[in-house]
Amino acid sequence: MAVQPEIDHATGRSTTGHEWDGIKELNSPLPKWWLYIFYATIVWSIGYWVVYPSWPLVTNYTKGVFGYASRHDVTRELDALKALRAERAAALARTPLEDISKDPTLLTFALAQGKAAFGDNCAPCHGLSATGSRSFPNLRDDTWLWGGGIGDIHQTIAFGIRNGDDRARQGVMPPLGGPNGVLKADEIVTVANFVRSLSGQSTRPNADLAKGKELFIANCAACHGEDGRGNRDLGAPNLTSRNYLYGSDEKTIIETITQGRGGVMPGWVTRLDETTVKSLAVYVHALGGGQ
Amino acid sequence: MSDLLSPAARKSAAEVEEPHAVGAEDEPLYESRREIYQQSVKGRLRTIKWAVLFVCLGVYYFLPFVRWYRGPNQPDQAVLVDIANNRFYFFFIEIWPQEIYYFTGLLVMAALILFLMNAVAGRVWCGYLCPQTVWTDLFTTVERWVEGDRRERMIADSQPMSAAKAGRKILKHVLWLMIAWWTGGAWVLYFADAPTLVKDLATFQAPMVAYVWIGILTFTTYSLAGLMKEQVCLYMCPWPRIQAALTDQYALNVTYRYDRGEPRMSVKAAAKARQAEQPAGDCIDCRQCVVVCPTGVDIRDGAQLGCIQCGLCIDACNSVMTKVNRPLGLIAYDNDVNIERRREGLDEVYPIVRTRTVLYVAMIAAVGLVMLYGLMTRSFTDLSVLHDRNPLFVQLSDGSVRNSYTVRILNKRPLHRIFVLAVDELPLAKLTAVGVTTTSGDWPVVDVGPDSTREVIVHVTAAKPADLPASSRVTFRITELGSGEKVSVSDHFISR
Repeated sequence: MAVQPEIDHATGRSTTGHEWDGIKELNSPLPKWWLYIFYATIVWSIGYWVVYPSWPLVTNYTKGVFGYASRHDVTRELDALKALRAERAAALARTPLEDISKDPTLLTFALAQGKAAFGDNCAPCHGLSATGSRSFPNLRDDTWLWGGGIGDIHQTIAFGIRNGDDRARQGVMPPLGGPNGVLKADEIVTVANFVRSLSGQSTRPNADLAKGKELFIANCAACHGEDGRGNRDLGAPNLTSRNYLYGSDEKTIIETITQGRGGVMPGWVTRLDETTVKSLAVYVHALGGGQ
Repeated sequence: MSDLLSPAARKSAAEVEEPHAVGAEDEPLYESRREIYQQSVKGRLRTIKWAVLFVCLGVYYFLPFVRWYRGPNQPDQAVLVDIANNRFYFFFIEIWPQEIYYFTGLLVMAALILFLMNAVAGRVWCGYLCPQTVWTDLFTTVERWVEGDRRERMIADSQPMSAAKAGRKILKHVLWLMIAWWTGGAWVLYFADAPTLVKDLATFQAPMVAYVWIGILTFTTYSLAGLMKEQVCLYMCPWPRIQAALTDQYALNVTYRYDRGEPRMSVKAAAKARQAEQPAGDCIDCRQCVVVCPTGVDIRDGAQLGCIQCGLCIDACNSVMTKVNRPLGLIAYDNDVNIERRREGLDEVYPIVRTRTVLYVAMIAAVGLVMLYGLMTRSFTDLSVLHDRNPLFVQLSDGSVRNSYTVRILNKRPLHRIFVLAVDELPLAKLTAVGVTTTSGDWPVVDVGPDSTREVIVHVTAAKPADLPASSRVTFRITELGSGEKVSVSDHFISR
């Protein structure tokens, strides 16, 4: 049906007949080349469907004749990254642990790689910021059960603690209480109060610290030393420290003496490559607790 | 203001009563391009346009080859965007990534200058300085040189294809592509040492990305300046729409003085009318103003979107006015107010100093001065300190408290420099830096390479946190060994 178009007075152009608040839309034709570009994009999209994976099917999707998958890109990029890092990784493998920090470039590289590896492998137990939590050591303080030198840290990361591997660090805090235990319940309370006094914490007013010391020397000093400063070869904690792995309140110390402790850490040489383990040692050492 | 309507508008207003014969179905949905055969023109504004073109293209094509010695290990190129090393060099200025706000300042200034130009003389940017205009002008000149001026091209295009015509067309496109290619080639020279890159490009040793960018820019220059020409201004560019909101009645625009030109008539008819003391306009309807227009508009229809205000119609009209012995300036840079004032017998006014222009100038000066001050007083050593947030602090076995910081030292001078790193305002504090073994007294000594930064992890330990508030101020200070130059940054030490 032919409709007589309305003509806009000012321009002499026809309108589309659409009106908003008294303003009428002019019929301004688009340029042709614009239309052709639109057609070109349609043709392009059809080509794209053929060449690349695009259409979802019920259980699968169209694969496209190029067999393209973004997974290949990731693999390729990762390989390229590895190749890019190869030179520094080789330098890291060559350099003795103690010398890594002397080379700023190597140190930066190790710290970056160590930080990433820490987030992937260590953070679940030690926390993303390496502050640990109850029974998982804080790696930022200076309390080290097995030593905080970079070599010690490397050893611990590589082989772990009490995980069944012969190379792992071994040490045991045996249960001293219980029905067959060497200490009776009231003796344990006495020792626990003495242990608290070692790190300068408050003790029960009626606690017999002399008796506690006597019991401590008889039962605990073999591992923790007569002064309670511990023994890193055995992983025996320094009891004069303010930082206790399982907590330093009386109840927890009684629990520790009664039941014993034996946390486990996996060894990482079997899971990570050598330079990664080295980087982790450098990173943990640099966190602030290193000695 | 109805008297200020352009002649075309008044004309169509007169036609209102006649119904239009075209039916909605008959109107084209899409508009074919109207080929514009721009005729050459001579005149004062054309000369200015040539000068601007030569200066702009000259700067663009040859600036990368200007050398500027900066010392060893530094690039000797006067203008260089060194993306690989995160530096921008502009003659004596070296911009680091964190100083990129200078570009913000430049962009703000560029926008304000554009506004000022617009307030003073409308779209002169479009007519003279816009890259689209400059390159289109160059491409049109080449076209005219190969295929002839307007009439020759129109005649040739209306005739069937012949070998000679095809040859000329091919030559034109080859020349266009060569200019486009050289344009793309010059662009990449701003991103690497120009002489080396030219050699590498010629011997196919240059990185792939250089060739890709040359290809992209060759294509865009060829299609925008050669094939699209005025369509870019009409359909793609937002500026004509924006400038309409920025202009005012005092802005100089290329204006057809219809108060003087209308009614149009031939020279003879006008002479007769004047003798009979009838009204006669100066416009002889020769259409020279239309045929020289690069966007093909008729300026006599009044200010319009397609007009880029290059003023070529002014040159064309003036040469015609000279021939017919009438005063010049039938088309001129003028403002809307004057048309009305002339009609009322008042003097013309061209107030350049107005609130708007004064404000723009003041703002440009303010931004410029702030940038200049920043540039003059910026330091060549910088220190940034980032407190570890996770954890905020760590308690050590003896009860002391340690905070960790990431300290970054920036050495903007092209020489190796050595700094002593220390903390003030924190009694009994110990400071250790990871990977730093040299010390001066109790403080670590950090060496930073020429024109580079170094990041060190720093642990600050307070032996008696009980004496400190929960959060206390700590100031990190670096002192250059030798010159004694000091920079300090304050942060917080958290102890509980």
